[in-house]
Amino acid sequence: MAFGAFATTAAQSQAEDAPRRRSWVALVLLLPGIAYLALFFLVPLVSLVLTSFNAPGPSGAMGDYVPGFEWSNYVTVVSMYGEHIIRSFLYALLATAFALLFSYPLAYLLGVRLRRFPLVQALGVTLVIAPFFISFLLRTLAWKAILSDEGPVSTALHALSLLGSDDHITGTPFSVVFGLTYNFIPFMTLPIYTSLERLDLRYVEAGGDLYAGPVQTFLRVTLPLSLPGVVSGSLLTFIPAAGDYVNASSTFLGGTGTQMVGNVIEANFLSLQNYPAAAAMSIILMAIILVLVGVYVARSGTKDLV
Amino acid sequence: MAQQAFAESGADLELSGITKRFPGFTAIEELDLTIPAGSFFALLGPSGCGKTTTLRLVAGLEEPTSGRILIGGKDVTASKPYQRPVNTVFQSYALFPHMTVLENVAFGLKRRGIRDAAGRAHEALRLVELDHVSGRKPAQLSGGQQQRVALARAVVNRPALLLLDEPLGALDLKLRRQMQLELKSIQSDVGLTFLHVTHDQEEAMTMADTVAVMNKGRIEQMGAPQELYELPATAFVANFLGQSNLFPGEAVSSSGDLLVVGTGGTRLSVPRERAQRHSGEVVIGVRPEKILLHSEEPDAVAGQNVLGPGRVVDVSFSGVSTQYQVAVPGLGTLVVFSQNLVYGSVVSLGAVVWLSWGVEHGFGLADDPASIEQPGRFVDDTDTSAIALQQRAALEAELDEA
Repeated sequence: MAFGAFATTAAQSQAEDAPRRRSWVALVLLLPGIAYLALFFLVPLVSLVLTSFNAPGPSGAMGDYVPGFEWSNYVTVVSMYGEHIIRSFLYALLATAFALLFSYPLAYLLGVRLRRFPLVQALGVTLVIAPFFISFLLRTLAWKAILSDEGPVSTALHALSLLGSDDHITGTPFSVVFGLTYNFIPFMTLPIYTSLERLDLRYVEAGGDLYAGPVQTFLRVTLPLSLPGVVSGSLLTFIPAAGDYVNASSTFLGGTGTQMVGNVIEANFLSLQNYPAAAAMSIILMAIILVLVGVYVARSGTKDLV
Repeated sequence: MAQQAFAESGADLELSGITKRFPGFTAIEELDLTIPAGSFFALLGPSGCGKTTTLRLVAGLEEPTSGRILIGGKDVTASKPYQRPVNTVFQSYALFPHMTVLENVAFGLKRRGIRDAAGRAHEALRLVELDHVSGRKPAQLSGGQQQRVALARAVVNRPALLLLDEPLGALDLKLRRQMQLELKSIQSDVGLTFLHVTHDQEEAMTMADTVAVMNKGRIEQMGAPQELYELPATAFVANFLGQSNLFPGEAVSSSGDLLVVGTGGTRLSVPRERAQRHSGEVVIGVRPEKILLHSEEPDAVAGQNVLGPGRVVDVSFSGVSTQYQVAVPGLGTLVVFSQNLVYGSVVSLGAVVWLSWGVEHGFGLADDPASIEQPGRFVDDTDTSAIALQQRAALEAELDEA
C-alpha cells in the first residue's frame, strides 16, 4: 500500500524476522540509493548547516559571506521571524484539521459505503487523484481568480453585504489556510481510504452486537482501526504544509500579513541574499517538524495497530 | 441504552412467518420456529441452507423481507442489533484487533454502563480459563484461545439469547470436543438460551437438546437428536444426519402394526407408526449400523427383514467399526456398519453375505420416491450450467406452448 507510508504492516515485520542471508546482494542493490542519498541529501544538509553559521564577509557587500561560527544567526532569525514560525505551524495545523474533517467522511464513503459498487468506488478514487493532472500552481492561481475581488465569490458576498466594501478574501489568513487545505486533501484522503477500504466490516457488526450504537461503534471500532491512515495522512499534510511557500505568497493566495517560514526562506535566499539567515530558518523549520512528528507518532502509537 | 441489567434467565425466541429474499434468491421461506427459554437449540444444515441468515436475522444484522421476530415475547423485528438482548459468537470471532483480550470482553459491559466491567470480564475469562492472557492482543492468541475469548465476550453480557455461528468450525478435532463440553457446561451453569448454527451433525447432536435440520430455507424436521436420528421423516434428514439405506417401493399391505413394502423383488416391513405414508409409492429405510451380516442364509424369523444374497464390494476399516458396501441384486448397494468386536474385519471383499435387521429399526419417509435426489444432495443449483439448464427448460416450455 503506497499510501500507508507510516503504517507498520504484517509483511514488514515478517521481513524483519527473515534471516539475513546474502547480505552482500542487498548491499549492492542498496548502493545506488545510498550514493544518491549521500550526494543529494547528506551533502546539501551539511552545506546548509555550515552556511547557517557563516559570518558576513570583509567587503560587507550583499551576498558576501565567509565560513564562521555565528550562533547569533539563529538568535537573530528567531527574534526577527518568530511570528512567521508560529504562523506557519498554526496554518499547517488548521489546514491539517480541516483536511481531516473533509477527507475522513469522503474516504469513508469511498472505502466503506461504496464497496458494493466497485465501479463507482474506482471512479471516486480517480476523482480524488484527478487534480494531480493539473499543476498545483495553476490550480492555486485558479483559486486566486475565483476568490479575487472581481471573482464570483467576492462579488456575491459583496452583493449580499456579507463582505464589507474594503474587505477581501485573497491575501487573508482564510484564503491561505483554504489553499493549503485544498492542495493537501488528496494526501489526506488516500491513506485514510486505504485504511478504511481494508476495514473488516465484521468488527463493525460485532460492535453493534455488543450494544454499541452507531456513534460508539465509530469512535471505538472504526476510527481506531483506521488510525494508521489518519496518522499517515496528517503527516503527509502537515509536514509539507508547514514548509509551503506557494499558497502564502502574495503572488498566489497570501498577502503581506500571511507570510510563512517558506516565504521568509525564499526571500532571504533569493532576494535579500542573506544565505546564513535562510539556512538557519531552514534548519529551525526542520528541527521543529522532526520534534512535532516524533511526538505525534509516539503518542498515536501506530505500532500497536495492524 | 436498551438494557441496564442482565437478563435474569434465557428468553424464548419466536420466529413467525419469516421470509428473507436477497437479490436473485430466497434464503428463507416462511419460517416458523419457537425456541423455548433455557434450551440449547441447534440449527443444522448444509452451507447455503439459510441457517446463518436465520441467525443474522435474530441478531438484527439482516432485516427480514417479511415476518416477525419475538424475543421473550417482545417484538424486536424493527430493533437495531445494539438494542436486542442478544449476543453472537461469530464464525470469524471478530475480536477487535486493537484492544486487549480484557478490553474485548469488557466492551459490551462498558457500553451498557454496567459497574465493575473489568471485574466481570475477568470472571468471564476465568470461566473459559484464559484470565492469564487478559493483557494480550487477540493476534497473540491461538485459534482455540480466540474462540474462547469470543465466547467469553458474548457470555459476559448475560444475553437472554446467545447466538453461536459455527464457532467451532476452525478448531481441530480435539479442541472442538473440549469446547463442545465447555459450551454445554456454560449453558447449563448460566441457564441462557443458546441458538447454535452448524453444518456439523455430530456437533449438533452431542450438544443440543433440540436439533432442527434445515434445507433450502425450510426446516425439514425438528426434534431431540435421538429422535431425529432414529426416525428421520425425510430423505434429506436420513442422509444428512448420518447415513441411511433407502428403499423406494410400493406399499403392498398395511395390516395390523406393519406396513409391508414390495421393493426390488422382495418384501420389507416397517412398523406402521414409524412410517409417514401408508399407501402407494413409499420410501422406507434403515440405518447402516442396525444391519447384521450373515455368511449363511439366516432362517426366516418373524420381526426380521432379510435380504440377500449380496456381494461385499467394498470394506473400509475405521477403527471402532468397519463399513461394508454390499451390492444386492435389485436393490443397489447397501451400507452396513459393523462394530469391530473381533480383530479385523468379519467378512472380506467379494464375500457373499445375507443381511438382516429388526423390523422395529426401519422407518418410512414422507417423501415422494420420485422426488428423492439420492447422491447429488450437495449439488449447487445456482451454478452457471444449472442456470443454463433451467433457462433451456423454460425456453422449451415456452416453445411448447406456442
